[in-house]
Amino acid sequence: MHTLSIYEARRGLLKKKFSSVELTKCFLDRIRRFSHLNAFITLSEEQALESAKKSDSRIALESSTGALDGIPLAIKDLFLTKGVRTTAGSKMLHNFIPPFESTVSQKLLDAGAVFLGKTNMDEFAMGSANITSHYGNVINPWSQGDKKLVPGGSSGGSAAAVAGHLCIAATGSDTGGSVRQPAAFSGIVGLKPTYGRCSRYGMVAFASSLDQAGPMTKTVRDAAIFLRVISGYDPKDSTSSAESVPDFESFVGKTVEKIKVGIPKEYYLEGMSPEIEAAWKKGMDIMRSAGAEIIEVSLPHAKYALPAYYIISPAEASANLARYDGLRYGFRAAGTKSLIEMYEKTREEGFGDEVKRRILVGTYVLSAGSYDAYYTKALQVRKLIEHDFTKSFKQVDIIMTPTTPSSAFAIGEEPQDPVSMYLNDVLTVTANMVGLPGISVPICLDKLNRPLGLQFIAPHFREDLLIQSGYILEQNANFPTLKEITI
Amino acid sequence: MKYLETSTGKWEVVIGLEVHAQVISNAKLFSAASTKFGAAPNENVSFVDAAFPGVLPVINSFCIDQAIKTGLGVNGTVNLVSHFDRKNYFYADLPQGYQISQYKHPLISGGYVEIEDENGEARKIRLERIHVEQDAGKSIHDQSPTKSYIDLNRAGVALMEIVTMPDIRSAEETAAFIKKLRSILRYLKTCDGNMDEGSMRADVNVSIHRPGTEYGTRAEIKNVNSIKFIVAAIGFEVDRQIEILESGGVVNQETRLFDPSNGRTILMRSKEDAQDYRYFPEPDLPPLVVQQSRIDKIRKTIPELPDAKTSRLQQEFGLPHYDASLIASEMEIADYYEAALAHLPIIDSETAKILANWMLGELFSLLNKDGKNICQSNVSPQSLAELITLIKTNVISGKIAKDVLKIMWDSKKSASVIVKEKGLQQITSSDDIEKCLRSVLAEYPDKVAEYKNGKEKLFGFFVGQAMKKTQGKANPQLLNDILKKLFNED
Repeated sequence: MHTLSIYEARRGLLKKKFSSVELTKCFLDRIRRFSHLNAFITLSEEQALESAKKSDSRIALESSTGALDGIPLAIKDLFLTKGVRTTAGSKMLHNFIPPFESTVSQKLLDAGAVFLGKTNMDEFAMGSANITSHYGNVINPWSQGDKKLVPGGSSGGSAAAVAGHLCIAATGSDTGGSVRQPAAFSGIVGLKPTYGRCSRYGMVAFASSLDQAGPMTKTVRDAAIFLRVISGYDPKDSTSSAESVPDFESFVGKTVEKIKVGIPKEYYLEGMSPEIEAAWKKGMDIMRSAGAEIIEVSLPHAKYALPAYYIISPAEASANLARYDGLRYGFRAAGTKSLIEMYEKTREEGFGDEVKRRILVGTYVLSAGSYDAYYTKALQVRKLIEHDFTKSFKQVDIIMTPTTPSSAFAIGEEPQDPVSMYLNDVLTVTANMVGLPGISVPICLDKLNRPLGLQFIAPHFREDLLIQSGYILEQNANFPTLKEITI
Repeated sequence: MKYLETSTGKWEVVIGLEVHAQVISNAKLFSAASTKFGAAPNENVSFVDAAFPGVLPVINSFCIDQAIKTGLGVNGTVNLVSHFDRKNYFYADLPQGYQISQYKHPLISGGYVEIEDENGEARKIRLERIHVEQDAGKSIHDQSPTKSYIDLNRAGVALMEIVTMPDIRSAEETAAFIKKLRSILRYLKTCDGNMDEGSMRADVNVSIHRPGTEYGTRAEIKNVNSIKFIVAAIGFEVDRQIEILESGGVVNQETRLFDPSNGRTILMRSKEDAQDYRYFPEPDLPPLVVQQSRIDKIRKTIPELPDAKTSRLQQEFGLPHYDASLIASEMEIADYYEAALAHLPIIDSETAKILANWMLGELFSLLNKDGKNICQSNVSPQSLAELITLIKTNVISGKIAKDVLKIMWDSKKSASVIVKEKGLQQITSSDDIEKCLRSVLAEYPDKVAEYKNGKEKLFGFFVGQAMKKTQGKANPQLLNDILKKLFNED
């Protein structure tokens, strides 16, 4: 039962093969059994069983049921959940119980979903390996033997929970790759919608112009079902879009014949492993065999995306995280004697190193004297990248690249300097910089039996193309889904 | 141009203002919380105002309409696209750790406000811009020896920052500018201008230089919240800067605070300590786009403003400029005046002036005595017009009318009812007046003799006696005429 997709579980529930309570208990048991993965920060067992019960009675009455009725989900701990602690992976919010629900999680609840708990994540979503969490690192369920692999980040807890079948699907959030990169590392599907497709209301903000919620699922079809539920304009988020929300699932199984798939030549990174290249080629072959046309395109400014991202995102974060001052909620350092001291000690003790590093970088790039050299330049780069994509999308319908430059690395073997760590995002950040939708689909395992993923990037609000192409790739990749956790 | 003169020569004063005007609106700029003044601490605070994690600002379009209206009212240009920015600084009453403001691309550019200089000449004070921003909360330090308290009721309330060019040349002009701006804002109903409630406050930039030379270095006096204080602060600041420059020193660019208790400004921070606000575009809000049709619609709601009204009152009713501008200073006063005028049977410049005198003089002193404003007047425009009509038609004298107005104020009865009840109607019968005068003259034969011997000022004595006999009701003109006639007869 634990390996079911949303689509399968929903059919089972409606046919009353099992109840939502049974399904929920199955996952709660597994979460406890595999608690050493550390995928969850907070469990909401009682609420989960209560909503499962309600869902069962809806199903029993055959009254109107939602698209996710009775489906047990995990919620990244950056979505505010009313009455359930929300930490954003930080000590700063260790005691924060939100008085309201995020729009995305509310939409899931309205669709009948059951929330198992809140998943672990890099602190304030700043990280690519889930090792910056105040609540400890997460173990990738693909780990074997002594080597404990990272699940990727920042939505590492959600990725591990989905891959390890501790839930059916989960929410993630993607600022520079935080849905797609952990999805690739964990052998699952991760979709980052177009900026504005989903409301950011009630998501702990990292970089407001880049943040976007997204589904992390076992299948492309599930991603389509999930995405439709969480999409749509929200009057509480002025950056959310009024663009109509199609039935994404209807694009599952649609042919990709005549579709032009762009291969950006600049994505052949220097020193890229042959295995990644082989995986990429496998993807091209699949698409070609399915009738798509493979065309080389150029994104000449893509190489500046990563440095520009590491200016813009910390700049926004430095302001977004200013509110964590110990005054109104969350952590406050004890025994301080003045306002300034309270600020200093609270932020010194409440934030981890990576968060502090980014606040410092962000503060620096926005200060008089460096603003034009860094922040203004980064905004210009952002425009140039946008032009690159606009041009490319005149030639092709969709772009395909590897999701990550490597497979998951072992905990303790991660790059020690922050800049090398940032390279994990090199293939994903471009989509965020331009607000484009992207999906990571598992393609194969590398020699060390670690999952690799390929990424599709589509024009704004063309998630339908991601579903259409992603499904073809998934169906032909024969990716060996993880059956059971062995670590 | 007016210069200050000291023993070393002439100085020119240059003043620019940043006026923070609180927008009249039921809800805050980015949240639905109430803006009502006087609520219990932290009563009007939403999660957005308290900067909870995950909250987002949503523009209250009414506040934008108000700012557009203000911009149009001061002859500014509404920018069809403007931007919000974050101004970053830490303070306990600033929950977000940044203020959402407009930095590079304000909603309104340009514009001007006309004032009168000391010679009564009209002078345009140009505006640089008006931008929209959110207010901070309040820190309260005087409730406990060891603690500070934060009240976030004001946090997030919409402000318009109205920035002038350095066109003002004296403290008096500054006061005139603020009064005129306040009057316009109140006409527009976009800011109530209550300086004592903090809904209007100003940062004042002051510099001095020798006429014909470049402008001097300015000092900024922060957050002065009454016209009296602004005038005092400028006075102190000008003296301070003259003293520095005349003793060979240099004025530093710095921010100063005005201390109302001693009328001095004190150093708050020097240029070196100036905060770096790290402005950057607010990523939670798309650019603010205003359609021309929206501007046109708002333009139609703008009432006749004080300057236009002053000219009209002068032209239409022949009022002197002083009276007209006083009446036009507040829309409610002007409305009252025009409503009263409309109730007069004949409107000529003489009647209009009489009405103005009675309203600005007698009625205002009654209002002041009871601490009321014109809208709370016990005497309606119609009643005042009736009183003026009684005077004009010689039913009562002006002197009696003053008493009648007092009775009207206290009893809320109409003038004619009071005149009738109290029998205050003027005696206009020549025979009655002559009879009365003859009896006065008979009573004082000595004085009559003195008068005839050339002591002409006794004329008034006889008039007074006759008035006394008639309880003031005799028509004064008639009384005078008849008395003259009687003396001439002899």
